[in-house]
Amino acid sequence: MEPFDFVEIKVPAKAEYIGVVRLSISGIANRMGFTYEDIEDLKVAISEAITNAVKHGYNETGEGEITIGFGVYDDRLEVMVADHGGSFNLGDIKQDIGPYKQDDNIEELREGGFGLFLIDALMDKVEINSKYGVIVLMTKYLHEAEVGQNGDQISTSQ
Amino acid sequence: MNLTIDVTNKENVAYVVLSGEVDAFTAPKLKDALLPLTKEEGQTVEVDLHNVNYMDSTGLGVFISALKSTKEYNTELKLVQMQERVYRLFKITGLTEIMNIDSTVQGGMQ
Repeated sequence: MEPFDFVEIKVPAKAEYIGVVRLSISGIANRMGFTYEDIEDLKVAISEAITNAVKHGYNETGEGEITIGFGVYDDRLEVMVADHGGSFNLGDIKQDIGPYKQDDNIEELREGGFGLFLIDALMDKVEINSKYGVIVLMTKYLHEAEVGQNGDQISTSQ
Repeated sequence: MNLTIDVTNKENVAYVVLSGEVDAFTAPKLKDALLPLTKEEGQTVEVDLHNVNYMDSTGLGVFISALKSTKEYNTELKLVQMQERVYRLFKITGLTEIMNIDSTVQGGMQ
C-alpha cells in the first residue's frame, strides 16, 4: 500500500466551525506545496462539503459531529467529509464509493445549491458514499498548475 | 472569520461594503442585511466586495435571492470590486451571465 499520512479532525456540526476547517486544510495543503489557487479551491470544496453535512446531515439542529479526514500522499491530497461522528475505515469507504454524476441531486442544484457542483468543478475527483450517512471523498493532485484552469473541469464523470 | 456589513444610503443608491468571509456561518447575516434593501422600489443596491477574501456557494445563494428580489420589487443589484477568486466562482456557476458585475475585478480578469 502506498504510504501516506492521515490527519483526522472532528468538529461539531455547526456552521461556525467551517472556517476552522478551512484553516486546517489551508495549512495541510500549504505544507504539501499546493499553489495559492489550488489552496483556495480546496478551501471552497471542503467548505461546501461541510455546509452540506451541517444542513442536510443534521437539519441545522447543530447536534452531532462531522468527521474530516485528510489523506496526505506524495502526489495528492484526499479529503473525506463524513456527516457522522464515528471514525471511518479508509479501505471500507473506498470500496463502497461510486462516481458523482452531474445528474445527482439536480433538485438541490435548482434550488440554488451550487455546493456539489462547485466541489466537482474545483476538485480532480469526487466520490460519494451514502451507505452510512453521507461521506464525500474528494481528491486534488499536486502539479495541476500546468494544466491550467480548464484542467479543473476534467472531473469525475468519465 | 467573520463578515462586517456597512450600509450607507445616498439618494437612490444603497452602498453595501462587505469585509471578511462569506460562508454558511455569515451568509444568513448577509441575507438579512441585503434583502430588505432590494425591496425599496427604485433603489439600486451596490455591493462592494473589495474586502471579501473568501466566498462559497452560500454567498452565491444570497446574491441569487437578492437578484430574484430585485426583479420582484423593480430594484437593481450591482456587484463591484470583486476579487478574482470570488469572481471565478460566479464564472464557473454561470452567474456572470445573469448578474450585474462590475468588470473591474481585483487582480485582473481571466
